[in-house]
Amino acid sequence: MWDWQNASPLTGLNFVAMVVGAVVVLAIGLGVVTYTIYAERKVIGWMQGRIGPNRVGPFGLLQSIADIVKLLIKEDVVPERADRVLFLLAPVIAFIPSFMVLAVIPFSARHPFTANLAVGALYYIALSAITIHGVMLGGWASNNKYALIGGMRSAAQMLSYEVPLGLSLVGVILMAGSLNLNDIVEAQARSGWWYIVPQFLGFCVFLVAATAELNRTPFDLPEAESELVAGYHVEYTGFRFAFFMLTEYLYLFAMGGLMATLFLGGWTGPWLPGWLWFAIKVFAFIFFQFWLRATMPRIRVDQLMSFSWKVLLPLALLNLVVTAVLKAFLS
Amino acid sequence: MSPYWNAYLYVVLFTLFGLLLPFAALWIIGPILRPNKPAKGKLTTYESGLEPFGDAHVRYHARYYLFALLFVVFDVETLFLYPWAASFHQLGLFALAEMLLFIVMLAIGLIYAWRKKVLEWT
Repeated sequence: MWDWQNASPLTGLNFVAMVVGAVVVLAIGLGVVTYTIYAERKVIGWMQGRIGPNRVGPFGLLQSIADIVKLLIKEDVVPERADRVLFLLAPVIAFIPSFMVLAVIPFSARHPFTANLAVGALYYIALSAITIHGVMLGGWASNNKYALIGGMRSAAQMLSYEVPLGLSLVGVILMAGSLNLNDIVEAQARSGWWYIVPQFLGFCVFLVAATAELNRTPFDLPEAESELVAGYHVEYTGFRFAFFMLTEYLYLFAMGGLMATLFLGGWTGPWLPGWLWFAIKVFAFIFFQFWLRATMPRIRVDQLMSFSWKVLLPLALLNLVVTAVLKAFLS
Repeated sequence: MSPYWNAYLYVVLFTLFGLLLPFAALWIIGPILRPNKPAKGKLTTYESGLEPFGDAHVRYHARYYLFALLFVVFDVETLFLYPWAASFHQLGLFALAEMLLFIVMLAIGLIYAWRKKVLEWT
């Protein structure tokens, strides 16, 4: 039943297993997002010498759940002058790909929760680009100047960092000889080292570009509250706003999963079970993002754009050329 | 149906769930739970408390288009690189030389854009 990856023909029971797998991944995603938001507030609180949320439930553990319930019972305001249809649809457009990318993240070695796509890496990059449409349409449809500027900035930033992000994957794909994320993990296990070592430059480019793609500090210009109030979601209230937030944090989780898979050997590791290794690596990435947010100031918009095109893109190309040449002459 | 398609069926399931969750939360459960009392003040555009003036659906700066064009060029390049990288171990030196030529041509394009100050955000 659970081995639907290799089932041919697919039975009804296999299909039930698939549905269960998708529901479990959805539940994991929502759970991780809920507690990532709690952990972010708590960890940054500690880093800044504060206590963080501690009122709702023991140690404030139910804080995020209270926030979700609050957002669910808030009025859904659609501004009079907004483009109504687009305004209502934009959070959905942003959300769907953020959940779909979780389909290819290999959480552990053997389980029914991952689509073993032959083009996994490409699938991730292609889908994550769709979210830009949701963000930009949301900003435009609000008919609000802050939202418009926030949305346009988001689009420009995500487009610019999409290129080095995509190119930094090519080095890994060259070394593994496959676009399949499972194969990439297995190739790392075979070669005896995680690709963070031979692909260190690629890893650095990936990490910076991933931070910018996620719109996180120091690249959180689309939400620069000191100049744009809140960016593309100024006019959004209640659960529509929640879906934009959900999208961001799901991508944080998914990007951590992608990084763990490509550069840190995915589920492989000694002693501990695979899923635990994977979780440790993902949460190391998420913790790093909290740490950055507590440490770094926001950079300027002209620095942001030129950094992507003048520094990261040439570095990613260099990494790619060096990897290809070394691979051609060493093998 | 070969096992190859099973993975895509799983992706289709994710698409359906990804549609189902927001539609259930926003259009089915939401209207039951949330109040709906529109008022004139509530429905005006937010502009830090001032009376909003003008429209935000205006023409914006041309530099966004320049970056979008650059993005198209380099993203298509990345797309061409993916299959090449995945099958590089079977292709040999000729493919390496070809791809280096391709990258050099695009690098010239990048240098041109750089010199023409397309990459400046002024």
